[in-house]
Amino acid sequence: MSRRVALEAAHAVAEAARMADVDVIAAYPITPQTHIPERLAEMVADGELSAAYIPVESEHSAMSACLGAAAVGARTYTATAGQGLELMHEVLYAASSMRYPIVMAVCNRALSAPLSIWGDHSDAMATRDTSWIQIFCQNSQQAFDMTLWAFRVGEDPSVLFPVMVHFDGFHLTHVTEPVVLPEQEEVDRFLPKLDYPFALDPHKPMTHGAFGIPDVYSEAKVAQEIALRKSKSVILQGFQEFGDIFGRHYYPVEPYKMEGAQTLLLTMGSFGETAQIAVDTKQSKGESVGLLNLRLWRPFPFQELREAVKNAQKLIVFDRCISFGGPGGPVCSEVRSALYSERERPTVVSFVGALGGREMSPQDFEYVIDRGREIAEKGSEELFETVGIRGEVTGIRG
Amino acid sequence: MADELTWKDAKVGNIITEAGNASFRQTGDWRTERPVLDKETCIKCGLCWIHCPDAAIKPGEDWYYEADLYYCKGCGICASICPVGAITMIEEEEK
Amino acid sequence: MSKETIRFGKSAVTTQEFVAEGHTFCTGCGEALALRLACKALGENVIIGNATGCIEICTSPFPVTSWRVPWIHTLFENTASVISGVEAGLKILMNKGKRPEQDIKCVAMAGDGGTSDIGLQALSGALERNHNFLYLCFDNEAYMNTGIQRSSSTPYGASTTTAPAGKFSIGQITKKKNMVAIAAAHDIPYVATACPSYHFDLMRKVRKGAEVEGPAYIHILSPCPTGWRYSSNLTIEISQLAVQTGIFPLYEIENGRYRLNADPPELKPVEEYLKPQGRYRHLTSDNIERIQRLVNEDYARLKKKAAAFPM
Repeated sequence: MSRRVALEAAHAVAEAARMADVDVIAAYPITPQTHIPERLAEMVADGELSAAYIPVESEHSAMSACLGAAAVGARTYTATAGQGLELMHEVLYAASSMRYPIVMAVCNRALSAPLSIWGDHSDAMATRDTSWIQIFCQNSQQAFDMTLWAFRVGEDPSVLFPVMVHFDGFHLTHVTEPVVLPEQEEVDRFLPKLDYPFALDPHKPMTHGAFGIPDVYSEAKVAQEIALRKSKSVILQGFQEFGDIFGRHYYPVEPYKMEGAQTLLLTMGSFGETAQIAVDTKQSKGESVGLLNLRLWRPFPFQELREAVKNAQKLIVFDRCISFGGPGGPVCSEVRSALYSERERPTVVSFVGALGGREMSPQDFEYVIDRGREIAEKGSEELFETVGIRGEVTGIRG
Repeated sequence: MADELTWKDAKVGNIITEAGNASFRQTGDWRTERPVLDKETCIKCGLCWIHCPDAAIKPGEDWYYEADLYYCKGCGICASICPVGAITMIEEEEK
Repeated sequence: MSKETIRFGKSAVTTQEFVAEGHTFCTGCGEALALRLACKALGENVIIGNATGCIEICTSPFPVTSWRVPWIHTLFENTASVISGVEAGLKILMNKGKRPEQDIKCVAMAGDGGTSDIGLQALSGALERNHNFLYLCFDNEAYMNTGIQRSSSTPYGASTTTAPAGKFSIGQITKKKNMVAIAAAHDIPYVATACPSYHFDLMRKVRKGAEVEGPAYIHILSPCPTGWRYSSNLTIEISQLAVQTGIFPLYEIENGRYRLNADPPELKPVEEYLKPQGRYRHLTSDNIERIQRLVNEDYARLKKKAAAFPM
């Protein structure tokens, strides 16, 4: 029988890794991720999980050890946040370009300076081009579910890409929520054994990580890009299979009360659930507003996004990260870019807020909706507007 | 070889599954000098074989050690360390 | 004698070449020779993790490889971490029955740059965690592959491109970082120095390091004709002089106990070692005297340690 327990997202993903029978965990502690390696270490120490736990001496080494473990065919898991994700930055490219199916939890945390242990999306946004499959979660259940899904998709023989499972630092990692845990038998049905086809083995000596002269580098990178785009079909298949077995269905973009809505608010991550309350309030007043949750971040779901917003007049995108000197919030830039080729498209407005752990209330999201509609009609001096910043914000111009 | 590769030829992760396939490379092209063995003097000690950085010295049928000119880069280590001076470096001929 | 091995007295050395002929190491490269010998000592049942550097570049230009054993290169400073993952991965997979039981030695290979500079953290972590692996540092005393830039392994007085000898500079103004002492400070079972001119000693030590349960570290002097600027045929002579002058003593530290492998009654003067090398060409006799003093001090200190903690 599946059972409903109270778990913070950090413990939920640790439980998912345990049920997935991971082989190697190489992780370095960093707030707000610490409960993940702590819980996993506990599981290994108590024999609940049979895995090699490597207490590495930095995040760069954490991802490097994951490379080595994946290269010999181990199911490999790690977790990090903020500065840790930055420290392993170059290794992220190695992991994806060498096609190792590593799964990593990212407990989204703001980047220094000033030092902040609190949540926002700046760590994730710095990894957009790293060629990892990336997905965002709104609650602990999704963090658990997407972890299992990540192994299924990343390890698929036609995919072989590493996967980041993003969920908000503190707002999810440290908040206890109800999570439905499946039966082990269901997990085993969903997740086949890892059969990595290029495992290092003296019986079949291979060379991993040859260097690329100009004559070959471009072809290698194009092949990688095409493979990442192709993984979309397995991503969707993974969602489908997950839904079939566990009864919870996920999609690249997920509508919330969007039928016929003239104005749409787009969010990623847990603040979307707060925004849902604002949408409910608006709808109760008869306003035509809906919410779109962007779940799949990489490969970016162009088709699904265009389809979802095609009938709206206004699309307000809420970012939890400043793309300094850029055209707008990072998610908004990408959304605009995705819609550029469409002849019919909503007016897109960019808002940035909730940086470094700053809270957003449902009322703040109501403000975003109201002000967003106003900007869509009248325009704004600024490239993007901020929410909840003390003092008038001007000067964000091109 | 590399400049004929299409993007479809790049194996997953650019992993090379054919061990030692670089051995086609004719590094003998690099030479300006070539080792010549005086079999009368050679004592078949094998020190030249063990000290060749390129594994280009090979034992022949009669256990005299001679340079494989396909690979030999002409570094001269063998001539330098031969305990009986059986190896001489001579100028490589003009091609 | 078969063609599979060649006998040297009691030793039999395999004729198998684990790094294929036709690699692109410089003419007369000491590192290439050290690598060739080390691989012969290691045999087939290895997985090698390699840092970015001369060995990596000269053996793995996609789509071809010189490697006839399983080999992985990722980045510059993380060899020890990658091998930690390989080692832990193999162990757990075999324990869980997900891989067949197999005798595989994990070997990390890096240059002096990838070890004593950018790779030091990863190495320290792997040694402290007690992974069962052998770490081979191929020390050519600078970042040779990228054009002879200085490393913390460059000896005092040597000229490199980023610490060049000049009107106001002697070149390297600091002493060579003592990686052997750093490795030994981690209390690991086996630490040693080796040199390609003492080929059987090198192979014996590599084999010993591979047989140890737990971490082993071997520091291998790798003379570089290109960077040290000497005639390519002198690689073995220069390696021998490094040992005979006391500049690069050959010794082992087994569980904290020392053995000096070569202790000549009188060390040759360092000048014999320095003179043939262009990287020392600028040294005055005062400089050379200073170097001689430093070498004498270091050698005496080593002998004291060896006498205090004998094997």
